[in-house]
Amino acid sequence: MPETHGSTAVSATGGTAAGGTATTTRLLEVENLTSTYGPVRALDGVSLSAEAGRITAVLGANGAGKTTLLRTVSGLVRPVSGRVVLDGEDITKAPVEAMVGKGMAHVPEGRGVISELTVEENLRVGALFRGKVGNEEYDRVYDLFPRIAERKNNAAHTLSGGERQMLVIGRALLAKPRVLLLDEPSLGLAPRIVAQIFGLLRKLVDSENLSVLLVEQNARSALSVADVGVVLNLGRVVVTDSARTLMADEDLRHAYLGF
Amino acid sequence: MDYFVNVTLTGLTQGMIYSAFALALVLIWRSTRIVNFAQGSMAAATTFIALALIQAGQSYWVALIVALLSGFLLGAIVERVIIRPVEGGPELNAVIVTLGLFVAIQAAIAIIFGSSFQSFPTPFGVRGFEVGDTTIPLTPTSLYIIGSVLLTMALLVALFRFTRIGLAMRASAFSQEVARLLGVKVGSMLTLGWGLAAVVGSLAGLLIAGGTFVWPAYMDALIVFGFVAAIIGGLDSPVGAIVGGLILGLALSYVSGYAPRGSALVNISALVILIVVLLVRPGGLFSSTTARRA
Repeated sequence: MPETHGSTAVSATGGTAAGGTATTTRLLEVENLTSTYGPVRALDGVSLSAEAGRITAVLGANGAGKTTLLRTVSGLVRPVSGRVVLDGEDITKAPVEAMVGKGMAHVPEGRGVISELTVEENLRVGALFRGKVGNEEYDRVYDLFPRIAERKNNAAHTLSGGERQMLVIGRALLAKPRVLLLDEPSLGLAPRIVAQIFGLLRKLVDSENLSVLLVEQNARSALSVADVGVVLNLGRVVVTDSARTLMADEDLRHAYLGF
Repeated sequence: MDYFVNVTLTGLTQGMIYSAFALALVLIWRSTRIVNFAQGSMAAATTFIALALIQAGQSYWVALIVALLSGFLLGAIVERVIIRPVEGGPELNAVIVTLGLFVAIQAAIAIIFGSSFQSFPTPFGVRGFEVGDTTIPLTPTSLYIIGSVLLTMALLVALFRFTRIGLAMRASAFSQEVARLLGVKVGSMLTLGWGLAAVVGSLAGLLIAGGTFVWPAYMDALIVFGFVAAIIGGLDSPVGAIVGGLILGLALSYVSGYAPRGSALVNISALVILIVVLLVRPGGLFSSTTARRA
């Protein structure tokens, strides 16, 4: 087990997972992570953890470092200092290509659909690293998202924003991840679609014991589905608490979350 | 009528070779956004390897296979060692590097194989088939050229459409970051892509050399025509490269066959065709800019 964690991590009590399994494990640990973009410290000593069966929302304004956090965790950005630990294994220096094999899937900002490929080909790319994958796994994704099943032979650039989001989440699921990093899934989607996608996410987390690190600007929607919230400001963690507590904290909401 | 058919067949045959060379350029452009100016020199190098084997008594077919394999190795090594450091950097860096490579490889060929003109054999005759007592303007060599290019293209299509590695290569070409996040070893796919492109380029070089003379710079004309064909097709589209090559081959053959002093006009015609296409459709005939939007 990794060393004892800093004081910022508070075990979550909110959300729907609270009444269920008591054995929550810190699947993903981010320890004192610092990343720079040129002279700018995009992340400044960020520590947080994500547990199995929990949705951890990372909130904050534009430029707070949310996207950089995910990109550093998945290895797209190399940190200046700090560690990323996945299930006890230090993966700070692991190559990006290896992350998905270790059980971490990252759905980048802007959805990450490969628009020149068909819907089905996009899904197949997601399962490539696992070797042969049975049809029933694709069918499962199509069952989760009937709308993309209808369009599986269409080029992905013909999909709507909501369908793209469904496609990339489905594609990430084909990698059988234990930790799912989602960057702004609600961006540009109608509230109804956001609710639908977040509801589905909640179900997946509860049924598969998945751990989700959800980066969102849309704090209200994110907190409504998350168990734990981490608020970032200018690359630092301002507060970590249960989603319910953060929801109730009016001053915090006004100061950092914009609602 | 006979003359028209003859000119058309010549155009198609030449066009097939332009298509192959253009396809090699497009494969590299799609995956690494680099125009490989060294493609011609690399192809010439493998042709000289084939020639050395043939002069040493090997059969044409052994020489062909060895040349294509060495083309693959050359392409892969060039990507890994020379291109990798400039990938993703400013575009001009890659342009200068491939231009430098173009000159360097040509010089290396001259040093190793000499710079004199040497004749390169063709495995098939260049006399037309005889039907009854008339000779039709279709030669075994042109059939060989058309057939081998079509076979190569069919193999490439099968690779990209139906295999896992082909899918990984396409994913890497279209979206490197997403492919890496999905666990695709993008670096290896790019190396493989350059190797395959060099094989196709080498094939074009071997085909155009058949039955004529080679010297270290013998590919220079084909480089120009290949570029024009690739750009007519949109530089981004394999189908466009093939169509562009055929259009160019036919057009140049008609100019050469029908215009007064036509053979002198061939090179300038290629440029005129290029300019007209770019004026009408600036992205080329098969540009996929709309699909690339999101």
